[in-house]
Amino acid sequence: MEGELAHIGAGLAAIGSGAAAIGVGNVAGNFLSGALRNPSAAAGQTATLFIGIAFAEALGIFSFLVALLLMFAV
Amino acid sequence: MATEAHGGEEGGLVFHPMDQFIVQPLFGDGAINMFTVTNATLWLALTVLAVIALMVLGTGKRAIVPSRTQSIGELAYGFVYKMVEDVTGKDGVKYFPYIMTLFMFIVFANFLALIPMSFSTTSHFAVTVVLALAVFLTVTVLGFIKNGASFLGLFWVSSAPLALRPVLAIIEIISYFVRPVSHSIRLAGNIMAGHAVIKVFAGFAAIAVISPVSILAITAMYGLEVLVAFIQAYVFTILTCVYLKDALHPHH
Repeated sequence: MEGELAHIGAGLAAIGSGAAAIGVGNVAGNFLSGALRNPSAAAGQTATLFIGIAFAEALGIFSFLVALLLMFAV
Repeated sequence: MATEAHGGEEGGLVFHPMDQFIVQPLFGDGAINMFTVTNATLWLALTVLAVIALMVLGTGKRAIVPSRTQSIGELAYGFVYKMVEDVTGKDGVKYFPYIMTLFMFIVFANFLALIPMSFSTTSHFAVTVVLALAVFLTVTVLGFIKNGASFLGLFWVSSAPLALRPVLAIIEIISYFVRPVSHSIRLAGNIMAGHAVIKVFAGFAAIAVISPVSILAITAMYGLEVLVAFIQAYVFTILTCVYLKDALHPHH
């Protein structure tokens, strides 16, 4: 029974991946809309873009990690 | 072997998607001790050798008209140098060798892990936590050496209203100490997730009806992983630069 609950928990943790996807999409979309308004300033901000994406994605990876722990460690 | 252990499960994969990350002794089947040569040892050594081959042997001749290998080496050098200079400013360039080493090691470890049947070293927290902790300790010690006690000004947001500053200080301190955690988990998690997904799709290839879809999916995921391998090395390096900038110029 406990193992089955862990599987349900792992599935619930996978929702976090979707949330991270929304976050990354937000960052990239806003970057693009800004970049299209002022293309000359866009090239200097790609580093900021990647930092933003990395921060948003890290939280999704955390939820993936929780899912992995539930699947294999609990 | 773990393959047999998981193979008997009902309706599941023939092999387990996480089996590729098992650290095994390279010779024989003995227990793993401190100095056992494992597949992780082999691929870490290959990573270092590949970096040496590119950066020392490839660019050693210092030709005016560069060969292809030397061009790649110069491209990598210029890429990282520009990144360090852009993010940390002129006084951060002194620490360029460390950041270049980090970038080359991670990018080569990530790309070597993409060779079929290889072992992905950067998917192990043991590897990435050491890298991230080294960055964290370096940056913290450097911050105190360079700025003395005023390094603590990093946590005291002087642009915020006075009443908010203690609250912000607590948040800043927590976020400062979470840095090595997220720094290492981001790299290991991304690489592990990508490789596990490829293996999951590979497991579906055994079912005849969906095997073409599965092979297409593996190809697409592999393409994405090539991108991720580079981007994660880039992100790890640029975050190191950002942390270094915080240590050199702690005031907001």
